Amino acid sequence: MKRALLTLADGTVFSGLALGYEGETVGEVVFNTAMTGYQEILTDPSYKGQIVLMTATQIGNYGVTPQDAESRQVWAEGFIVREAASRMSNWRASQTLSDYLTEHHIVGIHGLDTRALTAHLRDHGSQVGVISHVDLNGDSLHQKARSAPTLVGRDLVKEVTCQNAYEWNDGTPPLLPSATLRSTPHPSSTFRVVVMDFGVKHNILRSLVDLGCRVHVVPASTSAETIRGLQPDGLVFSNGPGDPEGVPYARKTVQDLIGWRPILGICLGHQILGLAHGLPTHKLKFGHHGGNHPVMDLSSRTIEITSQNHNFAVHIPSPGDSGQPMGLQRFSTPFGDIEVTHRSLNDGCCEGFRGVDHPVLSVQYHPEASPGPHDSAYVFQQFVSMMKEQAHA
Amino acid sequence: MPRRTDIHRIFLIGSGPIVIGQACEFDYSGTQACRALKDEGYEVVLLNSNPATIMTDPDLADRTYVEPMTVEVVEAIFQRDKPDALLPTMGGQTALNLTVQLAKQGLLEKYGITLIGASYESIQKAEDRELFKQAMERIGLKVPSSGSIRSKKEALELLEQIGFPAIVRPSFTLGGAGGNIAYNREEFEQFIDWALVTSPVGQVLVEQSLLGWKEYELEVMRDMKDNVVIICPIENLDPMGVHTGDSITVAPAMTLSDKEYQYMRNAALKIIREIGVDTGGSNIQFALNPANGELTVIEMNPRVSRSSALASKATGFPIAKIAAKLAVGYTLDEIPNDITQVTKASFEPTIDYVVVKIPRFTFEKFQGVDRTLTTHMKSVGEAMALGQTFKEALQKAIRSLETDRYGLISLHGLDGRFADASVDPVVLERIQAGIRTPTSDRLWHMADGIRAGLSVDDIFQISRVDPWFVQEIRELVEFEARWVREAKHCLGEPITPSMISPVPDSLRELCLVAQRLGFSEYRLTQLLCGDGDGALCRESTDQDEPGVIFKRVDTCGGEFEAHTPYLYSTFGSVCEAKPTSRKKVMILGGGPNRIGQGIEFDYCCVHAAMALRDMGIETIMVNCNPETVSTDYDISDRLYFEPLTIEDVLRIIQRERPDGVVVQFGGQTPLKLSVPLAHEGVTILGTQPDSIDRAEDRKRFSELIQTLNLLQPENGTARAPYEAHVIAVNIGYPVMVRPSYVLGGRAMKIIYDAAALDRYLEDTGINLAKHPLLIDDYLEDAIEVDVDAIADGERAVVAGIMEHVEMAGIHSGDSACSLPPYSLAPAVITEIERQTILLARELGVVGLMNIQFAIKDERVFILEVNPRASRTVPFVSKTIGFPLAKLAMKVMMGHKLSDLHFLARPPLSHLSIKEAVFPFTKLGVSDVLLGPEMRSTGEVMGIDQNFGWAFAKSQASAGMPIPLQGVALLSVKEADKTATFELAKRLRTLGFALQATKGTAAFLTSHGLEVTTVNKVKEGRPHIVDFIKNKDIALVVNTVGGTASQEDSAPIRKAAVFGGVPYFTTIQAAQAAVLGIEAMKRSPLQVRSLQEYHRVQSLSTGT
Repeated sequence: MKRALLTLADGTVFSGLALGYEGETVGEVVFNTAMTGYQEILTDPSYKGQIVLMTATQIGNYGVTPQDAESRQVWAEGFIVREAASRMSNWRASQTLSDYLTEHHIVGIHGLDTRALTAHLRDHGSQVGVISHVDLNGDSLHQKARSAPTLVGRDLVKEVTCQNAYEWNDGTPPLLPSATLRSTPHPSSTFRVVVMDFGVKHNILRSLVDLGCRVHVVPASTSAETIRGLQPDGLVFSNGPGDPEGVPYARKTVQDLIGWRPILGICLGHQILGLAHGLPTHKLKFGHHGGNHPVMDLSSRTIEITSQNHNFAVHIPSPGDSGQPMGLQRFSTPFGDIEVTHRSLNDGCCEGFRGVDHPVLSVQYHPEASPGPHDSAYVFQQFVSMMKEQAHA
Repeated sequence: MPRRTDIHRIFLIGSGPIVIGQACEFDYSGTQACRALKDEGYEVVLLNSNPATIMTDPDLADRTYVEPMTVEVVEAIFQRDKPDALLPTMGGQTALNLTVQLAKQGLLEKYGITLIGASYESIQKAEDRELFKQAMERIGLKVPSSGSIRSKKEALELLEQIGFPAIVRPSFTLGGAGGNIAYNREEFEQFIDWALVTSPVGQVLVEQSLLGWKEYELEVMRDMKDNVVIICPIENLDPMGVHTGDSITVAPAMTLSDKEYQYMRNAALKIIREIGVDTGGSNIQFALNPANGELTVIEMNPRVSRSSALASKATGFPIAKIAAKLAVGYTLDEIPNDITQVTKASFEPTIDYVVVKIPRFTFEKFQGVDRTLTTHMKSVGEAMALGQTFKEALQKAIRSLETDRYGLISLHGLDGRFADASVDPVVLERIQAGIRTPTSDRLWHMADGIRAGLSVDDIFQISRVDPWFVQEIRELVEFEARWVREAKHCLGEPITPSMISPVPDSLRELCLVAQRLGFSEYRLTQLLCGDGDGALCRESTDQDEPGVIFKRVDTCGGEFEAHTPYLYSTFGSVCEAKPTSRKKVMILGGGPNRIGQGIEFDYCCVHAAMALRDMGIETIMVNCNPETVSTDYDISDRLYFEPLTIEDVLRIIQRERPDGVVVQFGGQTPLKLSVPLAHEGVTILGTQPDSIDRAEDRKRFSELIQTLNLLQPENGTARAPYEAHVIAVNIGYPVMVRPSYVLGGRAMKIIYDAAALDRYLEDTGINLAKHPLLIDDYLEDAIEVDVDAIADGERAVVAGIMEHVEMAGIHSGDSACSLPPYSLAPAVITEIERQTILLARELGVVGLMNIQFAIKDERVFILEVNPRASRTVPFVSKTIGFPLAKLAMKVMMGHKLSDLHFLARPPLSHLSIKEAVFPFTKLGVSDVLLGPEMRSTGEVMGIDQNFGWAFAKSQASAGMPIPLQGVALLSVKEADKTATFELAKRLRTLGFALQATKGTAAFLTSHGLEVTTVNKVKEGRPHIVDFIKNKDIALVVNTVGGTASQEDSAPIRKAAVFGGVPYFTTIQAAQAAVLGIEAMKRSPLQVRSLQEYHRVQSLSTGT
């Protein structure tokens, strides 16, 4: 068993065993608390620039299944787990995790005290780290970690977005022979949706197709004019990696489109929508990454357990922070009033807003799940309803 | 939504006695519910017939009824206390079934009582197999093809559609009681008969067997605003076919991809909504076809369950407490998460460790019982362990079981081998059989399979255990071989313990790998030296070096800081124990439940923690039983969920440095550790290990008795078989034999002759050199008396004297007993008291002490002295109104009994009967005759001002209500005939018709009683068993003498037990029953709460 080292920018060193592709990698280390879905996580473009640490300790048990990838490749810069399974067991799987990592040139480390690392990141904030199988000198790795760029202000979107626009036709494939739970009949009436790809996950596209949408994906740099020319019924601003401040061009495009057609913003798309509306964004200490985040829908006061993956957030302090009950808050913006619709029950973070008089629906979390609970799938339906209303208006 | 204000007084039903399938997990849930409801300002009225529970402590509820759990009693409580609401989901199947009866009889409506937590409709939908199946089909979920039947004819028709193997499950039973898998028609018919009898509603489900599918459970919670969260997915290592209570289970689920898990989660959400469990927790079981992911729903429990207890301990999410709060109107987002303090209960715990639960069985106590695991539960307890990896948690769970296995030891002498094709084919065949048939040893057989060269796939094919788990086992076995190989290479052969203690540098690196895999030092030593005794590493881990350290359970995978020190050991680099510098005491718990050591000891440990908290001393609890109250993280200041082996305990002590350790409350488990702990320089609080040894060691004990001029039955200690014979002859048969250092009368037996002694030595296979055999004169027909006392080193006070209803020779845990005594002469009582005080002083007892006496011809013999908490402590405490374990803990911390105002045995104006409850029907035991080996799983208490009524209540609580009329069947041994005449006469006067076997009938007839003679089994049909089976008999009195007559009459007792006919195997018990019948005919049932009894008590004692 080959040794490996992980060194953080603050000089903390963790020693473990080599996993995956032999080499060295650098990225911001973030922890994810989901107990399932490592493959979806690895292939989520939002992890561009980040090394992912799984807090669940037994990873790789059910192997890797091609259909479960959330994009065309693995985006995470590195992978940290307590114990990587030496054998997979699942009827769908076709490859072990470690072979998959090797094939996709992902450098990983396992066999370290991942809980200690998690606590360190929680207490001291996410930071850049270097995993190496080849350089086992902590000081040298420390230098590398310190000199590596952080996420702040960087445009990572350009690295993950598609090169050319494309049509997407696939809905959610039936998982099981007996699958009846999530198969939604394709409605006959269809809306044309343009998805701005900031690093879109396949399940966003599938969720739209499941609801009868015709999906057209465009690169992040596509101009508002081009998008208008596509004559869509609605627009989706997708999830993606990094700092929303790093993609001023996208913000401008979004500003040009607000109010024109119904808009759904997800994750980075949500943050960009926030910036476009004139709301500030900020970086969270260690972000939200996991599948168990409780979010309150402030109008119905019900709770959904959501899948989350973000280090930045739209900054709207919650009245809950000063001991007030969380409620609907309104702000006026150049595009009309918006209302905070969702907040995290963990830290009060703004998890969603909508336009009061203009058709904007925006959520920080991942209604497409994958991985994570399906509680929030209704968001896509709300988006379709918005398009319906617009069509009838 | 704030709490409901339209209800004020809530009626809570407990789960009654501990039985297989329903153990102390419902004390955990009931206790949490009581505390949560009281915290919210509700009045709580509680019914539970089990005195050994924390929930029946008088200060946990406003009114605590320790009364039979019957409709009649509940109605009496409704009339007295007028509750507004009933919470039926905390007391297992017992509470749910009682609630259904109350609803059916219109009593809830009549008294205006609202059901909270679950509606009658939802209980019906979840529990009635047919309704459940329909509900699942409505929401598009599959259930195994099945049908419910009410007769054998219907069953056979249904079988045509379902085919073999078929599962037979009676409706409305707990622990899957009466459930079986039938592979052929003969078995099928037999199982149907049994199931029809077992189901309280005479309904049986016959369903398609999903043998070999993977089994999962989800714990689900829902609030009144329809917020639903999953607390924990649990995966069973044992595939379908083994009851989940008997399966090794793992959390979180190990082999589900996110797609599959979310599919299952969605199904769970749909199910809880469709069934309509408005608030609280439910448990849903799924089966998954490993070949194609096909999912079916097995069942749902619309209540807190055994798995809820497990999930609570596994995640740190207190399911029962939250469920109680949801039941009174809170929503999940309104309830704080105690552990993080900053987040809410409305989230799904994520865990960054692996939890393994292994069930604990006690088949060795029941001869002739089928040890194959099937769909009805057979285990009596369980141990749980946490580790960062499955391998680590598995190994910790194994040693938590206390079955003298410290790892995956070879059952076939193959330790140290790996993939060895040279293993004898006969042995290999035995191993394969062990893997194929699920038993409690299957895990070890799988390890041996790896040793003998079977591949992971081979083992999967034979066992259907997921290959992922098999691979984990393989890696452990592979390491063992490497350890042996490298140690031999470095050290040569043979290896002695001194060569590896301390660990030589050459093995240091490998030793770290071993620790990472969860190996105990004992196992590592055992692999090299053949025996694990003798320390290996036993050195404290430097804090900055990787090693075994402690981590916290925090519900959130480390995302938020944990404020609750709920800890487990694991291999890592950063220790989170962070001990305080406060004054602190460590309490060692009782480990997994087993017969002879159960909830009573957990009760004592919890009381010890409460007392220490009262005194402002930090408490550290160590235990590994997930069903218990003691392992609730808010019972003590710090909780270590750890195996109770010497090395695991010492590791905690090294980290915590407690001022003292308490070993006298957790039963034999911690007591065994007292000498080794003292040897390591640990301070043992209370009675010192040397005194414990004086009482336990037969030789020293005899000296003690002689010094004090007391009497004990003539006895001797044999260290070899011939010695045993010499001693037995010298004493004279019958003799009582048992190995030293045992609890619960393990392998204890009355021996009538030399041949029986030989048979005993052969059957038990005891190594007399290691565990000498204790041989005592058996005092026939003596009265046995149990005494619980408390001493502070100067003064000793007798707290309670209990007279056994059955004669001496029947294990005290199995005998009914009366507190205070009902037939002893005052002079005898005075003498018992004098001797108790004398012994307490001589042994320097500080804390609790229990003595067993036998009274023969007014002479007082001492049978045994236990300077520790006994099984009867909660029973005595609840009867006399003083919390003995709390007082004892205070005494151990230096308080004097005079400071605590406990100076004399409290006089009583009422009396309590303790009755034992047995697992005979669940295990299919062939002979139910009581003896010196304890076989009961639980106990109940009947309390009243009148002996007859108290006895009657105890029988009703034990599930064998005494009949008021009908036919009494008598078959007694010669010596009992005179006493039987008196008994028969009174039964006749009470209106019973009499039947008797030939000898008994002749005797009674000759004395002028009208008796019908019936055939014994050997005398032709119809015989006595036919009459019992046909329910022509209301009660059976059957006493027997020697071995032959015991065997002859076994079918009588078996028929009675399985047919639910009250039976008495001693004249004393039958006499008590007659007193009960007389009382019931004379005066109506009266119920009274413990608080009321104790109020009278404190008035009369002036405290």
